[in-house]
Amino acid sequence: MENEQILLNSVQMARFVAHGSLRLDAVVPDELNAEALTFLAPGVADIPYGTPLSDAYAPDSFAARLLEVPQVAGALRSLVGPEPLVDHHAVHVLGPHGGRAQELHADAIIDVRPDAFDVQLMYYPQAVTLDMGGTLSVPGSHLRRINESDTGRYQNLRGQTRLVCPAGTVVIVHHGIWHGARRNDSDITRYMFKIRFNPTVRQRLLWDTSDLDDPQVVRELDTMFPWYEQATGRLERYNRALLWRALTGDAEFDLDYWVTRVSNRPQEVAA
Amino acid sequence: MTTEVSTSVLRQQVLVLYLLNSALDSYVVGWSQYDGTGRTSPTTGDSTEPPYDTGLDALKDGWRLIQASQLIPPYPGHEYDVSFLKHEFFFERIVQL
Repeated sequence: MENEQILLNSVQMARFVAHGSLRLDAVVPDELNAEALTFLAPGVADIPYGTPLSDAYAPDSFAARLLEVPQVAGALRSLVGPEPLVDHHAVHVLGPHGGRAQELHADAIIDVRPDAFDVQLMYYPQAVTLDMGGTLSVPGSHLRRINESDTGRYQNLRGQTRLVCPAGTVVIVHHGIWHGARRNDSDITRYMFKIRFNPTVRQRLLWDTSDLDDPQVVRELDTMFPWYEQATGRLERYNRALLWRALTGDAEFDLDYWVTRVSNRPQEVAA
Repeated sequence: MTTEVSTSVLRQQVLVLYLLNSALDSYVVGWSQYDGTGRTSPTTGDSTEPPYDTGLDALKDGWRLIQASQLIPPYPGHEYDVSFLKHEFFFERIVQL
């Protein structure tokens, strides 16, 4: 169906806020995946930074059709809203038995916007096996204030994700997520097409909010990850509560009273 | 009298453990390794389980602690920021080639 968008629901958005990523397995049709390898192999011409999405790709181009996949279109609409800007795009190619693992990093430079975020779409046209060097990412790392590859010293963290996925999988990540291409130890060249999007509207309640009061929303937001330090893990949830406030406009939202408790500064004079 | 000259060559192996809190016997949440012998080449994302459960377990296996991260108070105004892993411990082991 043309131009259909399958929006995220509140539980999925909460999961994105906690994990810093959204995974859409095998959502891209086989015929598009087959075409992708031809399209991606020679590389994709650069476009100017900040090109409006509607100007970035010709309507019948491969990239335009990829972004029209209903789950992809709906996820982007839910996360960054209509008509985002294409920050940049790139084809990542990992040759067989070649190269080395990338250091763990966040893209661009340190980016601490409390009420806005970019997303990066990562599209995998082939099935990715463990030895093909699928992207390493660290769930729940996106709110950490670090600058690019300063995290390169960290080789492995408990609960890290080493992407293994079926063909046609799209992963959308928050701009701050720690990630890196792993070493390709297979006989197969691995391709990934990445597009970074900048929002042009306030990122508030852009998704299907009909389940906003579902208790699973809070459970998703409250997720702890195995690599979190005991004390800092509490601060992670504090910061997530603030991000959820920004995304929903609910200035009272909290997780386990973390924000409310330390914001309590009564000014009333005792009678 | 003869003098015995050692022909052995020594190299350093480094293990970095990131722990759950500032106690050396707390749980490992992250790990990195560097091998000065060149016999192995540990790298990013190469394993899912740490070599030891705690920092103390590394000591028990012969690793020598050479550096522990300091406890630094948060910068004023940034008490709720999250950033690098705080509890970083460097170990070494000297091995003969």
